[in-house]
Amino acid sequence: MDRSNYWRANLRVVAVCLTIWFVVSFGCGVLWVDWLNTIEIRGVKLGFWFAQQGSIYVFLGLIVYYVVRMNAMDREHGVDED
Amino acid sequence: MSLTTMSYLVVGASFALYIGIALWSRARSTGDFYIAGKGVGPIANGMATAADWMSAASFISMAGLIAFLGYDGSVYLMGWTGGYVLLALLLAPYLRKFGKFTVPEFIGERYYSQTARVVAVICLIFISFTYVAGQMRGVGIVFSRFLSVDIETGLIVGMAVVFFYAVLGGMKGITYTQVAQYCVLIFAYTVPAVFISLQVTGVALPQLAFGGTVTDGLSLLQKLDAVVTELGFTAYTDGSKSTIDVFFITAALMVGTAGLPHVLVRFFTVPRVRDARASAGWALLFIAILYTTAPAVAALARYNLTETIQHGVVGEVSANLEYAQRPDWFKTWEGTGLLVFDDKNGDGRIQYYNDRNTEFAVRAESFGWRGNELTVDQDIMVLANPEIAGLPDWVIALVAAGAVAAALSTAAGLLLVISAAVSHDVLKGVLMPNISERAELRAGRVSAAAAILLAGYLGYDPPGFVAQVVAFAFGLAAASLFPVILLGIFSTRLNREGAIAGMITGLVFTLGYIIYFKGVFVAPMAENVAANWWFGISPEGIGAFGMLLNLAVATVVSRLTAPPPPHVVELVQRIRVPRDAPRGTVQST
Repeated sequence: MDRSNYWRANLRVVAVCLTIWFVVSFGCGVLWVDWLNTIEIRGVKLGFWFAQQGSIYVFLGLIVYYVVRMNAMDREHGVDED
Repeated sequence: MSLTTMSYLVVGASFALYIGIALWSRARSTGDFYIAGKGVGPIANGMATAADWMSAASFISMAGLIAFLGYDGSVYLMGWTGGYVLLALLLAPYLRKFGKFTVPEFIGERYYSQTARVVAVICLIFISFTYVAGQMRGVGIVFSRFLSVDIETGLIVGMAVVFFYAVLGGMKGITYTQVAQYCVLIFAYTVPAVFISLQVTGVALPQLAFGGTVTDGLSLLQKLDAVVTELGFTAYTDGSKSTIDVFFITAALMVGTAGLPHVLVRFFTVPRVRDARASAGWALLFIAILYTTAPAVAALARYNLTETIQHGVVGEVSANLEYAQRPDWFKTWEGTGLLVFDDKNGDGRIQYYNDRNTEFAVRAESFGWRGNELTVDQDIMVLANPEIAGLPDWVIALVAAGAVAAALSTAAGLLLVISAAVSHDVLKGVLMPNISERAELRAGRVSAAAAILLAGYLGYDPPGFVAQVVAFAFGLAAASLFPVILLGIFSTRLNREGAIAGMITGLVFTLGYIIYFKGVFVAPMAENVAANWWFGISPEGIGAFGMLLNLAVATVVSRLTAPPPPHVVELVQRIRVPRDAPRGTVQST
């Protein structure tokens, strides 16, 4: 049944996005911050940058990817609203 | 023209704009009043969500908070933006597909239970009221600083403006005023930031200021680390909170953001499921403009402040600012009591350092310093920014209008979900199911008006606990509403018993932990220090633990009791897909 195929595909997209979401914020920004801080780019410690700015850019990229991917998937499965 | 006159003009003009929008967008039906007739486009909804979400705390307090916390301030930056990923991926599209008016209505129908709906209303009202009191207070403070009126007068004017467009326009009026408020607040936030960034680092884009060169070839962050550690403070890029606490606070703020009713309801107002997804993206873009500027503002403000007070080698007498030579902005803010100088060693110069650092205290003693002499309220860092940078009066007036816009837009959104919970969930949903639409609309307006009066009172006379618990609204939202909405969509097995048990456990546990350490209504039962916390998690972060507890209890109780009836399983299946019947099949309903 197509409705459950669609749902499973959706769950896969969500799982991939949330893994990245977790890695950039809780990973790079919190758990591995001291290790990443040993790397400095243009006078900015990498871990600190992820915690204060980098993670936000990635969050934005994730939502954009999700929106584009889901809109395409809606059409593939014939469940789009148009 | 004086600054006060200029502020009156700019703030007055912004109010005229909001009232004009309210008159143009009057609500004519309950659909208009609760969810703007589902007619809001994704970009407009993104802006409205951004204004709805960014409160007086985001605009006025956050950068100042980060300025003094350094790395530890990252919890607010990640926490208050990361929640939008959860909203976009896990909640917004499905709640839009559900397509009714309120969050408790979803919980009531999904868990086929009036009790669940009422428990959700209680959680919602508690979260929203603690939050709204802080907003009204913010309006009062801005009025008293920039328009030279009492906090009370400022409050009354703010209440009157919100009253006008929330009661008249409902969600429709709020949405379009929030779009205007977003434009005012983002302009007011970024303009001074660009100027200050240019002055200090030579980089126009505040987002790149961290790496901008300050002096001796050092970047802003390197220089700042050096300057503050010399005065005994923790390095700016280092934190003093434990890793587990930073982890849990970030999680509580993220999940709490996704569970705030006034944010969730914004996704009910768009025409289609795909618009709900897109508006979460637009909302985060509009929020990110402020949230990526804020850490730069924080670092720049901390640097400016420290360099102003300590302008030479630490220990040399002439390196500390003479009180008589203090700049004008210093005098202005002393007048508000938010900046206080206490000449402990009587040398007529200001010493600003970390006197709780015992190692450094020995050195300070040898300089003849007798303790830190400057107390800075975090709230002035953003408000004083344009004055510190020497920007023209119209920019200062604009910052005042921006702060008021941030506070009013959030207050209006909160008041509306409170009134919708009263008129739609309690009155129509439980007490008077046969109420006519006209009567319900009138009830919605009356409860909005009553909520404004109560919020104004709480802002005027905040019971001691309000200020303390504002930050905890997130923990409560994370522990009570978020898990049952999430499982309501992603599990077909979760039933009424599980949801009610989960919500109550999450709410009671989180509230209990906060009261235990913070003492709301009663005296704290234990000292609020890391040694006493469970697993080292502070009350600010405990909401994330409460959420896990809620998920666990809800799942276990559901397994032990009867599964939900077939029509509920069908409801869940239906909200998971944007279109009811796939293309090419016969529509059955």
